[in-house]
Amino acid sequence: MSLYLLCLVLFCIGLYGVLRKRNLVKIIIGLGIIEYSLNLFFVLLGYKFHGRAPIDAQDQIILNMVDPLPQALVLTSIVIGLGITALVISIAIRIYEKYGTFDITKIKRLRG
Amino acid sequence: MELHILLIFMIFAAIVAIEAKDLLSSVIAVGAVGFALCLAFLILKAPDLAITQLVVEVLCLIILIRATINRDLPLVIEGRWIFNTISTLVFIAVFLFFSWLALKELPSFGQPLMTVVKKYLAEGTTKTGAVNIVTAVILDFRAYDTLGEATVLFTAVIGIMAVLRRPGRKKIER
Repeated sequence: MSLYLLCLVLFCIGLYGVLRKRNLVKIIIGLGIIEYSLNLFFVLLGYKFHGRAPIDAQDQIILNMVDPLPQALVLTSIVIGLGITALVISIAIRIYEKYGTFDITKIKRLRG
Repeated sequence: MELHILLIFMIFAAIVAIEAKDLLSSVIAVGAVGFALCLAFLILKAPDLAITQLVVEVLCLIILIRATINRDLPLVIEGRWIFNTISTLVFIAVFLFFSWLALKELPSFGQPLMTVVKKYLAEGTTKTGAVNIVTAVILDFRAYDTLGEATVLFTAVIGIMAVLRRPGRKKIER
């Protein structure tokens, strides 16, 4: 249970960064930290004590495997996270070129 | 025990990443969080995830450094400080309340439910021929998920190209 709570603390740090910081890059870093903590939480849910990795061996039957389903879903989620980070960073680079700052309170005016 | 140490290290690195004044050092701290996550996956017996996380983390670091290098960070602390802090704390409190409700229902650490996966474990090797159950799940039992993932990645690439594309020569002349 304490591992779940530490995972929640990590999520809260990411949430604080997203909500409180005014720098665009800090907000993107907060999103990344939230994503890490969620991936870790799913894998923690599937862990079994003294479990083995979910890979069959040649001539032996492995009974005590960890849950492979959260691992498969998290594998998809990690790759999609990379796509999201790349898209958001490219938008931030464009905003910096246009306005000359990463501060979100200075990005108010509409400029064509 | 190793997991607790790794998670506390990740929390400290995340605090550094959020609070550091310099953008480049905060990017490097978030890289530390990612590599510690890779080690945690190895301890949790998920080698496929550890490999993927390593590759993705390196790519993420390259992209983030490309975005932050040679760009200054204007330090402004003025503004509605009290209102922002209080609204942030309210959001975190709401999240903690709902997570407390959810944590009561979850199985305790180390004893997963394993209801859905029982069938995959029994039939995985004979039906798909894959020794690794994780690849059997993502490429055979749930192949549409992987198709959707590829679609999302291509959409993200198209979006990046549309956002970062330079205007052509004809447009500049006009």
